[in-house]
Amino acid sequence: MTTFVELLLGGLSMGSVYALIALGFVVIFKATEVVNFAHASLLLAGGYVTAVLHDDIGFWPALGVGIAGAAVVGSAVEYTVMRRYRGADHSVLAIVTIGVDILLTTELTRRIGTDVLALGDPWGDKLLTVGDITIAQTRVAAFVAAALLITVFLLAFRYTTWGVSMRAAAENPQTAALMGVRLGRVSLSAWAVAGSLAAVAALFLTVFPTPGLERATSLAALKAFPAAILGGLDSTTGALAGGLIVGVTESFATGYQSDLTFLGRGFGDLAPYLVMVAVLLIRPAGLFGTKELARV
Amino acid sequence: MSDTTHAPAKAAPHRTPRAYLWLAGSLLLLALPFYLDRFWLQAGLFAMAAAIGAIGLNLLTGATGQLSMGHSFFLAVGAYGYCVFAGESGEENGRQLTGLGLPTWLAVVLAVLLAGAAGGLFSPIAGRLRGAYLGIATLALIFIGQHVLFNAGDLTGGFNGRDVPVLSLFGFDFDDTEVVIAAVPFGSSEKLWYAGLFALLVGGLFARGVLRGRPGRAMNAIRDHRIAAGVMGVPVARYRAAVFVLSSMYAGLAGVLIALIFQRTVPDYFGMILALEYLAMIVIGGLGTVAGAVVGAAFVALLPQLLTHYSDSLPLVADPGSGGVTPGEASRYLYGAAIVAVVLFLPGGLTRLSVPMVRRFSREKS
Repeated sequence: MTTFVELLLGGLSMGSVYALIALGFVVIFKATEVVNFAHASLLLAGGYVTAVLHDDIGFWPALGVGIAGAAVVGSAVEYTVMRRYRGADHSVLAIVTIGVDILLTTELTRRIGTDVLALGDPWGDKLLTVGDITIAQTRVAAFVAAALLITVFLLAFRYTTWGVSMRAAAENPQTAALMGVRLGRVSLSAWAVAGSLAAVAALFLTVFPTPGLERATSLAALKAFPAAILGGLDSTTGALAGGLIVGVTESFATGYQSDLTFLGRGFGDLAPYLVMVAVLLIRPAGLFGTKELARV
Repeated sequence: MSDTTHAPAKAAPHRTPRAYLWLAGSLLLLALPFYLDRFWLQAGLFAMAAAIGAIGLNLLTGATGQLSMGHSFFLAVGAYGYCVFAGESGEENGRQLTGLGLPTWLAVVLAVLLAGAAGGLFSPIAGRLRGAYLGIATLALIFIGQHVLFNAGDLTGGFNGRDVPVLSLFGFDFDDTEVVIAAVPFGSSEKLWYAGLFALLVGGLFARGVLRGRPGRAMNAIRDHRIAAGVMGVPVARYRAAVFVLSSMYAGLAGVLIALIFQRTVPDYFGMILALEYLAMIVIGGLGTVAGAVVGAAFVALLPQLLTHYSDSLPLVADPGSGGVTPGEASRYLYGAAIVAVVLFLPGGLTRLSVPMVRRFSREKS
């Protein structure tokens, strides 16, 4: 039972981190209808900046610079590449983001090389024990930080002018533009927000118990894709639910691995994708996604 | 209807020069094994295998608009399928491997069919989803594939992979026993070169037939306007599933060829980077055409080989392990940038460059 609760809590904590990444992904999709396959490399960029700077300027300033850095990289991608595309087909733009991803990931993995970079977080490998249940402090921090950021984001999305213009642009770009919403700024800010959320997620993907920032971190970040898809690409609620489902599934599949040996080693990495496929079989638009209806 | 779909323009007046070009090109390709050394033949063979796979992906992503990031999974099914069908049961590297020991030509056919069947199993997803949803759903295939390849040790050999049986057609072995033809010793590369050319030719012609005929029209209609296509009587879900199966069969054939070239299959090769490379090929070459797939495949497959070969004389490119930009990385920069540049500045891909600029501009004005 203790194991179960510990795994559940660990899964929820990882899930909230995945939700952060998926949220950024969904924000870009809502604002610009572009599926951003370069998201994992934005995350890697944020993590890399933090890892490189934390020795010189301390952890918190480094994290701040990392977040800002990822936001800048995101906006730069939007400004230099996405905005230049004049066609109407958004699936072609998705392929462009794959090109951007190849560029960014190659550069970052080349810089990281075979190293494992520490991010210098203050929690280290300390544990928190409540009753029988032991959980790493980093996991608690991840959950609290993610919950906080998601709340702030959702409130901003609901009540600020920025949020309103974002939602208007998602609803109907032409009308929004006629009402004075500047679509360029909306999509620029979406990319910046997505980048900074990814940078925070990078921190929590690389702290204890994971060894640190390495090449494989971008693979871990990829799990946010099934999270976003199984929740529904155009739904912020879906991103949260999807993130949590992916986190908990992964945690249980890894934790109970010894009972699941017939499924082979490393099944935990695969489980989120299988859940996604199962959900898509029943609900092709994801759990909370808008079903596409067309009048003919 | 005919003016809304992308019907290939009839280039009747330019038939003759084009025919001569084709003739010269095929003669050149047929003659190359007599002049090139093994390194370049291997590179060329890789390009051919890649071209076959890319043709398949282009049918799916280019012509039908269905994004697939799982192409390398089907390549793996083809490659490992061939090994299992043709290989003998026995011990290899201290591991018991299962093999059916069938004739190799039958193994090739069965491996291609197996890849198609794998694509068919995915059809409940492939028929219903589109765009990014399908792209990310197919991403799952890569992870499933890697998981199976590493864990189903008695079929795949696990991490170390397994040896690929030599292809043998009507008593003729495509192995390294040297046959001297016109004073040129023919090894496996030289022999496989012709098998590869033949496979590419058949695959290319078949795909061209599909694209120019009724199915091609239907596929383009689904890509351009799914609902209108449905209204006109195109069974959208069935077409999507069918194209998915066809494209996985192409990938299976490409996988068999790659296995034969490598002479050993390892699971690491069939990862996500390979799937992204195939997407890069069709975007760079040109979406939706056979020629685009072939040109893009040649570009993406030959680039790392060229950079490796000439890394000494190229600026900025360093030898692997020396800390600088390795040829592999340099080529990834190049085709990553090429994807972005092609989509932004050259919609239609590299094959569009062959059309004389003047003619294109004059047509746009009119």
